[in-house]
Amino acid sequence: MPDTAHPIPAAVAALVPRLRAICGGDGVLTDTSRRRVYDSDGITHHREIPGVVVLPTTAEQVAAVVGLCAGTGVPFVPRGAGTGLSGGALPHPEGVLLSTSRMRRIIEIDPANECAVVEPGVANLDVSRAAAPHGYYYAPDPSSQQVCSVGGNVAENSGGAHCLKYGFTVDHVRGLDVVTPDGALVRLGGKAPDAPGHDLIGAFTGSEGTLGVTTRITVGLTRLPERTVTLLAAFTSMDAGGRAVGDIIAAGVLPSAIEMMDALAIEAAEAAVACDYPAGAAAVLIVELDGPAVEVRAQLAEVTRLCAAAGSFETRTAADADERARIWKGRKSAFAAVGRISPAYIVQDGVVPRTALSEVLRRITELSAQSGIRVANVFHAGDGNLHPLVLFDDAEPGAAERAEEVSGAILDLCVEHGGSITGEHGVGVDKACKMPRMYSPDDLATFDLFRGALDPEGIANPYKLLPTPRLCGERPGVRTGVHPLVESGRAEQF
Amino acid sequence: MTDLPDPTAPRPFEELLGDCVHCGFCLPTCPTHVLWGQEMDSPRGRIHLMAQTHDDVLTEAAVGHFDNCLGCLACVTACPSGVAYDALIDRTRVRVEQEHRRPLPERALRGAVFALFPHRRRLRLLRGPLRAYQASGASALVRRSGLLDRISPALATMERVAPPLSAPPPAVPELVPAVGRARARVGMLLGCVQDAFFPDVNTATARILALEGCDVVVPRDQGCCGALSGHAGRGAEAAGFLQALIGAFERADVERIVVNSAGCGSGMRHAERVLSEAGADDALVRRGRAFAAGVVDLAEFLVDLGPVAERHPLPLHTAYHDACHLSHGQGVTRQPRTLLAGIPELTVSDLPNKEICCGSAGVYNLFNPGPARELGDRKAADAASTGARLLVSGNPGCSLQIASALERAGTPMAVAHTARVLDASLRGLPVRSLLGTG
Repeated sequence: MPDTAHPIPAAVAALVPRLRAICGGDGVLTDTSRRRVYDSDGITHHREIPGVVVLPTTAEQVAAVVGLCAGTGVPFVPRGAGTGLSGGALPHPEGVLLSTSRMRRIIEIDPANECAVVEPGVANLDVSRAAAPHGYYYAPDPSSQQVCSVGGNVAENSGGAHCLKYGFTVDHVRGLDVVTPDGALVRLGGKAPDAPGHDLIGAFTGSEGTLGVTTRITVGLTRLPERTVTLLAAFTSMDAGGRAVGDIIAAGVLPSAIEMMDALAIEAAEAAVACDYPAGAAAVLIVELDGPAVEVRAQLAEVTRLCAAAGSFETRTAADADERARIWKGRKSAFAAVGRISPAYIVQDGVVPRTALSEVLRRITELSAQSGIRVANVFHAGDGNLHPLVLFDDAEPGAAERAEEVSGAILDLCVEHGGSITGEHGVGVDKACKMPRMYSPDDLATFDLFRGALDPEGIANPYKLLPTPRLCGERPGVRTGVHPLVESGRAEQF
Repeated sequence: MTDLPDPTAPRPFEELLGDCVHCGFCLPTCPTHVLWGQEMDSPRGRIHLMAQTHDDVLTEAAVGHFDNCLGCLACVTACPSGVAYDALIDRTRVRVEQEHRRPLPERALRGAVFALFPHRRRLRLLRGPLRAYQASGASALVRRSGLLDRISPALATMERVAPPLSAPPPAVPELVPAVGRARARVGMLLGCVQDAFFPDVNTATARILALEGCDVVVPRDQGCCGALSGHAGRGAEAAGFLQALIGAFERADVERIVVNSAGCGSGMRHAERVLSEAGADDALVRRGRAFAAGVVDLAEFLVDLGPVAERHPLPLHTAYHDACHLSHGQGVTRQPRTLLAGIPELTVSDLPNKEICCGSAGVYNLFNPGPARELGDRKAADAASTGARLLVSGNPGCSLQIASALERAGTPMAVAHTARVLDASLRGLPVRSLLGTG
C-alpha cells in the first residue's frame, strides 16, 4: 500500500529527527512497508501499524527515547521478539514501537554467584546455552524459548513446562535495570537475592510494559540436574490421564513437568514433526523427573506404576538428551503445528485448580460438540494451566466469531471453577476486557492507581493489561467514579 | 476427475502465505536476523512483505529485503507450521526479476555472473588466467592494496574466494566401472563450480563410488542444473538448464543420480516445482518428477548402500560443516557424519551455530559481499573454536567461502569435501594429503 495510506502521525513525525539522533539512521524505521512488518506480535488478529519503530542498542538510547516520549506525551510500546500471545506488543498507531531485538548481548555468566546478566533481547534458550558449560541453565522455559526474549519473559512473567517445580520468571529475576515511563534509568536489586523493602522487581515482572522497559536483567541460574528422565505415557481417555496426574501429585512426587495432550493436539504434532507418539492414544502425558540419580530412579518407578494403575496402555522412558528431545518435540511444537490441521486457530490460556481439570475438560468437549468448533488441548497438567487451541476456518463466514465465543466461554469456565483468565500468556490487549470477570472494580481501580503512580501520563503501553472504556466500552461493573482511597484522602488520583 | 484439484499442482501463492502463523520460530536461525536484528530481515518479516506487496507494487524497500535473503532455508527447518518459504522466496524472486528494474551496475553484474557461472566450460577457461595470476604473486599484492574493494566489492569477493589452483586432474571418464561385483548403476553430476574449481572432488567421488561397487556413468553432455539461476529469480533459465540435464541423465539410463554439491542436489530435487512454475508442459513436469526422485546426495547414497571397501585409518580431528542446502534443503545431516565416523582414528566435531549459513549461498556473496563476509567471519570463528585441523563440507560454495574467511582470520585450518576425506581413507593416503592446499 502506498505511503499516503498510512502516513506517520504528526506528533510522531515531529520526533523522528531526534529519534534518529538518538538511535542512528538505521535504528529508526519510518516508511510504511517496514513499519507495517511490526504490526502484530504472535497473535495476528490484533494489528496496528506503529507510528514509528526504533531499534536502540543501548540502555542510554532506550532512556533517551522514553524521555522524549515523556516530554511530548507520545505513547511507547516495548517489544521483544514479538512472540507474545496476548498482543502485549501490539503497536500504538500514534506511538513509538521500541524493539529490543538489537540488545542481545550476554553481559556475564557468573557461575560462582549462580546468575547471568543479559540484555533484554537475548533469547531465553541462549542463556541456558551460555550457562551449560558451567553446569547451569536458566529454568523458565516457555515453549518459544529458542525465540522469545528474556526482556519479554520479564514483561509477561513467562512460565513454561517446568514451572511446576521451578516457578515462573519472577522466581528467577534478581536484578533489573529499568527505564521508567519518565525516562529515568533505575536499577532494582542486583546479584544478591532478596533485597528488603517493597518488591519492586516483583511488581515490574509481569507488568506487560506498563511500568517501563527493561534494559538489563540479572537472572538466577539453576544447576543442571544430575539426572533427567522423561516418561511418555499413553492413555485411551483424557479422564484416565487426568487421574494419573492427580495420583502422581498425591503420592508426593514433584516432577519438573507434567504435560498433557489430547488426540487432536497429537494429530497436529504428528503432522508437523512426526513425533511418533503411541498410535491410538486419546491422551498422552509427558512427565519429566530431575534431580539426584537415586531420587529420580525411585520416582520413575513410582510414576510408571501410577500411570499403569490409572490405565496407561504404553509408557516410554527417555534418558538421553536426544530421546528426551524427541518426546518434547511434539509437545513444544504443538501450538504452531496446529497450523497443519486447521487454517486458523486461537490459542487460549487459562488456569483451573488441578482438582477441576477433568470437569473443565469435559465441559470444553461439550462446548466443542455444541458449537461444531474443534478444540485441541495441550496443557501444563501439573499446575492446571490449560491451553485449548480453538480451531476454525477463517474462510468460512461466521466461523471466527463462533470460535471467539467458544474461546471466551472456556475462560468463563476457568473463572467459574476458581481459576484464572491467563496462566502465562499475559493479558495484553487480548484479555484486557476480560479482567472484570476476575477482579472487582475496586481491585481494578487499585491496579490503576499503582500504574498511575509510575506512569501518570499513561504513555507506557497504554490500552494493555487493564480494561479501559475506549478498549472495552463502558461496562457495568467497571468503576467509573473515584477510588475509595482517593475519596477518603488517603491516595492521590493521578 | 477434472473437478479434483491436482495434488501436484503448485499451491496458490496466497495459500502458501497463509500457512505462516507468525510464531517467530524462524527468527533465531535466519542469518540476516542474526546480523541485523530487525523484523524485515527475518523470514516472518519477509513473508509479511510478500503479503503486503502481493496485490500491490513491489516497493524498493521490499525488494531490498528479499535480496538480502540468502535462501539458506534454515527457516524451513525451524518452521513448525510447514511454511514453504523456499517456494515463496523463489516465486517472489521471479517476480522481482520481472517487475523490478535494477540500477545498471547491478544489472550488469548479474548478467555477467549468469553468463559465467552456470557454464562449466566458460568457468574452466578462467582457470588458466587465474592460475597464472595466483602464481605471479599479483594475487597477494592485489589483496593487500584493497584496490578491488574500491572498484567493485563483488569482484573483490570473487578474487578472494577463488581457490589456489593446481594443474587439473584428468577429466572423469564417461564410464567408471565398479570394482568387483556391481551393486548399482549410478549417474554422476559434475557441477559447474565443483568441476571448475574442485575437479579433484569429482575424481574422488567417482573413485569412491566405483570402490563401493557402482558403475558410474558421467554423461558428457551434462550441463548446469539451473539451481543458481533458480535461486536468483531466473526461473525460465533454470527450467531450460534442467530440461537439458534431465535429457542427459535419461539417456544415461541410471538408477540414481549422485550429486556431490549440496546446492545442485537441493535444486534438482525440486525439478518438478521449478519446471511447473516456469510453465513447462505436463509431460516435462512428469519427467522432472521422475528425475527428482532419482537425485541423491553422495553421503546419503553411500550410507544407504552400506560400505564394502576397506577404510584405512586417518588420525585426524575434523569438524563437519552442514551446508545449508544439504541440511535444510535436503534434510541430510546424519549421513555425512556417519560416513566420517566410519573412518578409523578420525574424530568429528560439530560447529557451534551449525544451522546458520556461512554466507556463500550460491552467488549471494558476489551480490551482497558485506553481509556474506560477516557471516563467513562468524563461521570461521565457530570452525576455529572446535580446534579441528580440517573442516569438512559437502558444498563447493561453502568450501570457497569458509576457506577464504579462515585465511582472512589467519586460522591454519584446511577445508575438504567429504568425498576427498573418504577417498583418502579408502586409498590409504596420509593425513597430510588432506591438509595441503587445493
